Amino acid sequence: MSDLGPNETGHFGRYGGRFVPEALIAALDQLDVEYRKAMTDDEFQAEFGRLLRDYAGTPSMLYFAERLSAQAGARIFLKREDLNHTGAHKVRNVLGQALLTRRMGKKRIIAETGAGQHGVASATAAALLDLECVVYMGEEDTRRQALNVARMELLGATVVPVQTGSRTLKDAINEALRDWVTNVDSTHYLLGTAAGPHPFPAMVRDFVRGIGVEARQQILDATGSLPDAVAACVGGGSNAIGIFHAFVPDTDVRLYGFEAGGDGVETGRHAASITGGGLGVLHGAKTYLLQDEDGQTIESHSISAGLDYPAVGPEHAWLHDTGRATYEPVTDAEAMKAFRLLCRTEGIIPAIESSHALAGALRIAPTLAAELGRTPTIVVNLSGRGDKDVETAGQWFGVLDGEE
Amino acid sequence: MLVGYLPAGFPTVDGGIAAIRAMVEAGVDVVEVGFPYSDPVMDGPVIQRAAEAALAGGVRAADVLRTVEAVADAGASILVMSYWNPIERYGVAAFARDLAAAGGAGLITPDLIPDEADEWIAASDEHGLDRVFLVAPSSTDERVRMTTAACRGFVYASSVMGVTGARDQTSSAAPVLVDRVRRLSADPALPVAVGLGVRDGAQAAEVASFADGVIVGSALVGCLLGAPDLDAGLSALRTLTADLAGGVTRTSS
Repeated sequence: MSDLGPNETGHFGRYGGRFVPEALIAALDQLDVEYRKAMTDDEFQAEFGRLLRDYAGTPSMLYFAERLSAQAGARIFLKREDLNHTGAHKVRNVLGQALLTRRMGKKRIIAETGAGQHGVASATAAALLDLECVVYMGEEDTRRQALNVARMELLGATVVPVQTGSRTLKDAINEALRDWVTNVDSTHYLLGTAAGPHPFPAMVRDFVRGIGVEARQQILDATGSLPDAVAACVGGGSNAIGIFHAFVPDTDVRLYGFEAGGDGVETGRHAASITGGGLGVLHGAKTYLLQDEDGQTIESHSISAGLDYPAVGPEHAWLHDTGRATYEPVTDAEAMKAFRLLCRTEGIIPAIESSHALAGALRIAPTLAAELGRTPTIVVNLSGRGDKDVETAGQWFGVLDGEE
Repeated sequence: MLVGYLPAGFPTVDGGIAAIRAMVEAGVDVVEVGFPYSDPVMDGPVIQRAAEAALAGGVRAADVLRTVEAVADAGASILVMSYWNPIERYGVAAFARDLAAAGGAGLITPDLIPDEADEWIAASDEHGLDRVFLVAPSSTDERVRMTTAACRGFVYASSVMGVTGARDQTSSAAPVLVDRVRRLSADPALPVAVGLGVRDGAQAAEVASFADGVIVGSALVGCLLGAPDLDAGLSALRTLTADLAGGVTRTSS
């Protein structure tokens, strides 16, 4: 919980709020009440803490990446969320929401997924807490990510291929919202990022903000001072808000969010909602999104499935407007270069999502060094591991090697 | 009161205009002109398909307003039904101005609650437009009071929990919700219209027995979706509308 927003009606400045059918308001109100109670309930916090520690494997380590640092011209520390159970920061959110589902007396969760990471994490939490789990996934994605479909089914979840609209992540969210409107009495919508109608952005943030709380203490222990900058990738924005939030009051710590620039923001083929989008409403919140002149959502493009979403959580829109955080796009090519660099210098295969944060850190390092007149310290949220991306990376570098 | 929904731009802009005129001639009292949107979370498969086709055909905001203008003199009250982002993008004040200028009576907003509607309430007041918000079986008494107080024209009771076109034959939620709305509304004259997946005259008569308005969408859109050509679609649309209007009149008289 924090006093850094949102306000009572769920707004971060002019962003956020609730742009949903009236039929969902009662459920959102119930969720808001229960989540606020849970955040101050010792029993809930003890159980959440126990699962995070014994099951998910947190606190994740903060690792000084010495060889990478030598190349970057900065002291780079990696917050190793890739080592968590299920391989990403997402396990924190799903455990929190699944516990909350049980607390509300609901027996069924639904979730959306793009490439399948949040779907697998949701299916994992559902198995652990004995909840029925239905995952909506774009039909095209179910074919491309057949292994993740198999994982979800092994964990006992039902995967529903979505055949409407553009058959991508945003349509999977639409279908999940339709299910939720219909089955709201029995069902919790376990949204995968810090977006959507209030209280989701604040609630998801509070479930993942341990990332920043841990990192802040770990960097103080390791270096005796706060970092000069914190870097994270931003799609919907949960890993970024998770690591940013504890640092927001530390005004000397620069916060950098790196959006998916795809082929380049100027090409129109990207997923950079803040740097390349405009103000609007999508999936229940007022925020920045990719849209045409008539307010129709434009499909996003990124090599990273986890960042391939045409909007962004409202708290990021607000942090952008207040100037507290800086958002920049990172292209597919920049991200893949950073991906390979981390593989070769540290023996860590990062998620392509997290590679955007690495690439951004490499970009800001010389500027920061010049500004500070010394070697800067940067904490990078390594939000997920890259096992899932081996095929994509193989194709990418195969193509490049062929051209060399 | 029979309320009929058709999306603008389906099957074409002119075809959509012809369809609305046919529907009005056959007995619809109020028209909801749908603003096709890329992410219609409240809509079931039939309306989604039509909206997708309209968008694929290139329908624009100006086409929605042109549709309103072209049917404004047909003899029914013409409202636009739109998800919020297209209105937000157009500019709330500008849309209210242009909708009023086109002869539109107001706007139905399925994903805008009065809590978020300050700008729209001001703009609709300025241009004398109706604003139709939704109530649901899960709405608390306090929210029903607040929402009906913000409505003008009528209130839309989405009486099945679910998307458009869904129908639960055994649902008793609709009469209960209508009764609650009437009891809680500060304005006893505010009509209550019910959307309940009505498909024929008999069902329309049943809903008209307890509600002021019967809203039909998916069944009407289905006439156009299922037809081999526009003429056949218009013919099916006239037949169904007359059947629905007969059902509503039968009960109301």
